[in-house]
Order: sequence, then C-alpha cells, then structure tokens
Amino acid sequence: MSNPVEKVPAEGRRAFLKEAAAGVVGGCCLLVPAGAGLVAWLDPLSQPSGGGGWVRVAALSALPADGAPRRVTVVSERRDGWTREPEVPLGAIYLRRTGERSVQALHSVCPHAGCFVDYRPEPRSFFCPCHDSTFAVDGSINDPGSPSPRAMDGLEVELKGDEVWVRFVQFRTGIKEKVAVS
Amino acid sequence: MSRLVDWLDSRTGVRSLVHEVLFERIPGGARWRYVWGSTLTFCFAVQVITGIVLWMAYSPSATTAWESVYYIQHEMTGGWLLRGLHHFTAQAMHVLLVLHLLQVVIDGAYKAPREVNYWFGVVLMLLTLGLGLTGYLLPWDQKGYGATKVATALMGLVPGVGPSLQKLVVGGTEYGNHTLTRFFALHAGLLPALMVGAVAAHVALFRRHGITARQPLRRPEGRFWPDQVLMDGVACLAVLAAVLYLTLRHHGAELHAPADATQPFNAARPEWYFLFLFEFLKLEVLTSWFGHHGELVGAIIVPGAVLGLLAAMPVLGNWRLGHRFNIGFLVVLLLGSLGLTFRSLQSDATNAGYQAAVRGATEASARAVALIKANGGIPPAGAASLLRNDPATAGPRLFAQHCASCHRYDGHDGQGTVAAELPSAPDLKGFGSRSWLAGLLEPSKVTNHAYYGGTKFKDGKMVKYVVGKLPKRHASNPGALEAMIAAVSAEAALPAQRDQDAADAALLEKGRSHVRETFGCTDCHAFRKPDDEASAPDLTGWGSREWVVGVIADPTHVRFYGSRNDRMPSFVKDGRLTDVEAGLLADWIRGDTDAKAVVQRAARR
Repeated sequence: MSNPVEKVPAEGRRAFLKEAAAGVVGGCCLLVPAGAGLVAWLDPLSQPSGGGGWVRVAALSALPADGAPRRVTVVSERRDGWTREPEVPLGAIYLRRTGERSVQALHSVCPHAGCFVDYRPEPRSFFCPCHDSTFAVDGSINDPGSPSPRAMDGLEVELKGDEVWVRFVQFRTGIKEKVAVS
Repeated sequence: MSRLVDWLDSRTGVRSLVHEVLFERIPGGARWRYVWGSTLTFCFAVQVITGIVLWMAYSPSATTAWESVYYIQHEMTGGWLLRGLHHFTAQAMHVLLVLHLLQVVIDGAYKAPREVNYWFGVVLMLLTLGLGLTGYLLPWDQKGYGATKVATALMGLVPGVGPSLQKLVVGGTEYGNHTLTRFFALHAGLLPALMVGAVAAHVALFRRHGITARQPLRRPEGRFWPDQVLMDGVACLAVLAAVLYLTLRHHGAELHAPADATQPFNAARPEWYFLFLFEFLKLEVLTSWFGHHGELVGAIIVPGAVLGLLAAMPVLGNWRLGHRFNIGFLVVLLLGSLGLTFRSLQSDATNAGYQAAVRGATEASARAVALIKANGGIPPAGAASLLRNDPATAGPRLFAQHCASCHRYDGHDGQGTVAAELPSAPDLKGFGSRSWLAGLLEPSKVTNHAYYGGTKFKDGKMVKYVVGKLPKRHASNPGALEAMIAAVSAEAALPAQRDQDAADAALLEKGRSHVRETFGCTDCHAFRKPDDEASAPDLTGWGSREWVVGVIADPTHVRFYGSRNDRMPSFVKDGRLTDVEAGLLADWIRGDTDAKAVVQRAARR
C-alpha cells in the first residue's frame, strides 16, 4: 500500500496548510470587528477641528485707556459631538488696549500645562495658579524661574469701528513654539 | 447533598479546584505581611460593585454628567454612601498598591521565576492609575475638568504621536461630549476588563509559583484556608473601616461646581496621589536644567524612566548588588514622592490665594445645589445654565469686568481684588439702602471717593446742596432727614429692607412729604409724579431693579443723567451688555440673590 516514508512530508505540508488556513480564517473573523472599531475610534483625527473663526468679543470703548487687561468671555457657535449650540461660551481671553486704536488679545490658557491664567491688578501681572507661571501685563515671561516654555499666546485682533474681533484659536501647550491645535 | 456534589464534581472537577484554591501551602505559616494582595483584590471587588450601581445612575455628556452625579450625591437614597465608597476605595487602592509593591520587592518576590508575575503587577498598577485618572473627569466638575485638562495636555507632549494621541483621548480638539463618552468607556469598560484579565493572570501565576516565604520560617507550614484567609479578612475589614470613616466624614465625596471653561479656577489641583508629579513639574530645576524642554522631561521622560526602572527590577535583581539597589531605589522614590506631596500640601496650606479659591469653590458648589433645590431640578441645558443666570455668581464677574474700572463694591472689584488707583465713581455696596443714602447726604462723606469724590458731580449742585442747605434744614426739622432717607430708600424695595419698610409705613408717609416740602428734593428731581422740568435723576423707584437696569442700559436717558452724564457708558444701548446681564448686575448689587427669587425671575424670562 502507501509508503509511510513518503506520507510524512505530505501530511506535514497538509497540516501546515490547515494551520495556516485556520489562522487566516480566524484572523479574518477578528479583523472585521477590530478594523471597524479602530476606524471609528480614529474618527476625531478626521473631524474638522472646531474654532479658529472670527468672533466679536467686546467694544473697543469698553477697554480701559490705561492698558489694564480685561477678561472677556468668547461666545460663539459650537458643535460638540452631536450637539450644535448657537451661542455658547467657548473660553476666555484677555484684551488690553495698547493705543488709541490698537488692542492686544491674549489667550487665557496657560502655555505651560493648560490651566486658566488669572490676572492680578496687584502687581499688574498674570499668574497661573497651577505651577506658578507668571507673565507680564503684555503676556511675556517676566520671571526666569517660570516653568512656562513660552509667553502667553497672542490672538489675531481686528477692529471694525468700535467692535473688537478676535480669531479664537487653541494652542498646544508645553512646547516652546506656538502651534495651533488642529 | 454529598451525592449532588459527587455528581457536580464528576462533570466539573469542582472539588480539586476548591481544594487548589483553599489549601495552598504557606511555608512558615500565615503572616500579616502577605495580606496586601488580598486587600487590593477586595478593593477591586468593591469598585466593581459600587461602580456598576453608579453606572446605572450616570450619564456621560457635557450637559448631564455633572447633573447625574449631583443626583447621586444629593438626591438618590444612599447615593452619597455609594459614591463615597467608590471615591475613597479608589484612594485606598493607591496606598495599598505602594505597600504591596514594597512587600514584594523587600521580600524578593519579583525575582526569577516570578518576573512575569511582577510585570503583571506593574501593569495592574498602571491600570489602577489609569482608572483614577479617567474617573476623576467623569463628574465634570471644575476640579476634575481642570486637572484632566492638564493631564491630557501633558499627553500631547509625547514626541511624535503626542498631538494625535491627545486628540484621540479627548475625542477632538476640545473638551466636550466625546471626551466624556471616551473617558467613560475607558473607565467602565476597557480598563476594568483589562484589570480582570491581569488580576486573573497575576493570581494564577502567583499560585503556580507559590508564595515567596519570608525567611527564616518562624512557624510550621500553614494553609491558605483558614489561617491566611482570616488575616486577609481582618485586613480588608480595616481598609473598609478607613474608607467608611472617610465617606461618613465627607458625607460621600466632594462635588465642585459644574465645569466652566470661561472662568479661572484657582483651586485647580490633581487628586492627591498625583500631587507628587504635580509638584515635580513646579521644580525650578526642570526649567533651569532643561529650559523649555522642562515640561517634556518632567512629565514624560522622568516618569517614563522611573517606570522603566521599576519594570527592569527583576533583571537588575540578578546582579550581585541588584536586590539592594532595587530596595534602595524604591525607598528613594517613595521618600521623594512623599516629600514632594508634603511640599505641595504645605505650600497650599500657607497660600492665602489658594485657600480663598478653595473657599470660593466650596461656595460655588453649595450655590449650585441651592439653585437646583429652589428650581425643583436642573433645566435641560444643564446646571451651568442655572449658574450663568445667577446674579450671585455672574454679578460679581460682570461687575469686575464692566464696572470696576470706575466703581467699587465694598472697596474691591466685586471679586475681592482691591485696585491701587482711586475709584472715579461711587462704591455700589448697599446702593439704595438707607445707610448708603445717609452717607451720600452726609456733608463730610459726599465728596469721598466712595460717593462723588471721583466724579464731576463733586463740584455740582447736589454736593453744594448737601454741604450747604441740607444741614440747616436738617437742624430745624428734627427727625425729618431720617424719614426722608427712609422714604427714598423704600423706593428701592430692597429685599434686605422689606420688613423694615413694611414696619415703618407711617415714617415713610411722613418722609415722602419731607422729600417735597422740607428738603425740596423735587426742585431738581422728579418724585412719584412726572416732572418735565426735572434736571436730576428720577427718584421714583430710585434703586429699584427697574431703575438700576435703566441706568446701566442708558444713563444718558432724560430720566437719569441726560446730557449731564459723567463718562458712564450706555451699556445696553451700546451693546456692551445684554438686558439679561444688566438684570443680573442689578440683582446682585441690590442683594436680591435669594435662590428661590432667582429661579422664579429666570423662569419668567
């Protein structure tokens, strides 16, 4: 009948094919749910980032002439997952008059670790309550020991008559360069 | 009974399984130092039980997360107990983890052939920290929101994939609904599932290798059941007692005011078991040595290296002095962390600004609860909308933002900050009250900076009258001034003076005639009837809500200062404030902040 010496490699090959096929079939079965899950999980990477639009934030005449920063809430439309809110507070900025018709806008988020920077009229500087970063009134780092890697983030400002408009952008924190989150 | 067990055993082998589980050999007998693993398993069981029930009442979205936790904490029967158990058991787990790690390393239980089991232990530690981190955000209160924002910001520092990773964890570029759904899926789904698997592997491997008996063996060999189980049980009871004590003391767990990205939260701190890392990031060494890379070094590289060393312990332990090095490293790490934690707590304890912020946060959270109770529930837009329409919350902020560059409130800007420069408009604390008006009509006070001192009116007719004619008329008519003040102040109908005004009806009647006749206020002011020739602000309804809103809206209106207005902007007319905001300011200045009244007004809008 058949020769057992010849049979071994044939069986070995068949066994390998079976094993390989079982692995591929099993893998395919898992691949579909895992793949579908992964694609959906990666959704935030493909969604357009909100924000970055121009928002009217204040009246120029409301800003004190002495250049003291004034905290202003940025209210605009926001899409949050499934919700669209036509008018919702997005965050806060500091506005500071630097001349008759010029305004500086600073983001309230600390460039160090993302806490909310508070302004203190005494001693006229910004202070972050988390890791004690301090900034001068124009947003620059005023203490060499400050843990912040960069000055407070300035925002683009446009004046239309008495209206102050700001392009409200979020920035990455903890790095030296000012890079918008996208 | 025995036949039933026989039947079951022949089909499942349950006897040998139970035997294996219960009658594990313990060389040298049961000891207290072996209890840590069991207490951790117990804690995990508590977290699963309490967590599942919390899950039944929790709703992860930006407008329902805080709200559902509020319900658990303040309205659900036994909810506070459940939440407190979950909250404080999580904290107990972190302490027990450290003790377990210490015991394992000191006893050398991480060495060959137990390396893989030790690594499962390290994984379990990371999973526990991950559960703590993700759980902290879920209440969506100011504290968890602020702390997690920092944590995810640090995640963005991972070289290369950081920003994408951050976006995936946060569920987009901004915190919102998807941040909560993702964190909740991690906290209640993925991480616990991994934990169950890792615990199973950890225990199975532990049983495979047997206990690492502490030498020398002091007693004859013992058995897991009942010797060690009794000790483990007593230890678990002690842990539970500590957790219950903390839960009862705090009546559950703290819930701060709802998250709000537009307000500074100066009480922002991570949970205490992350304080050492928080304090580490504050060290000036980081910036002075690594410059602007300090953050990356402090938040990613150093913790990563420490973790790497922890994982490498079984390998290092093979060296001649390796075991001693491991113990030394662990002790230094522990003392360092304790030192940093202590330093952080101590600097906060002596930081007046932080203490004030914590008090403010506690008040804000109590205020949110009061408003919800008064409203009979939370509106669909969420609890934040209640606070946004609350004069006690929004009033001081609006005042600081729009009014405090000229006015003061009790000497400060509404939020407690005292400016160096003198005010250029009156102090509005108590505006409309008898005492405020009495001060205005006091010759020695009217030109103070709390009244007209900073305004152009300091040289005006009113001041001349107060300093000149008024004292004479006052002197010849005893009691008339008090009556007049009470009458004009009653126009404000301040909530704080309601009872007093009602009791003084006769006095007010007299006072109203003094306004016209004795003092001749109506020579310039209109009072209780139209007067086209009036040249000063209307005293009809002076200081009432409607009057204050009117002045904020447009002080140049003929009813108020007309063309004589001194620098005060027409806030509503010019679009700087909405009607609602002007109303919130008026309510706050008038002290009309009773929660019931506030929600009724909001409902009428």
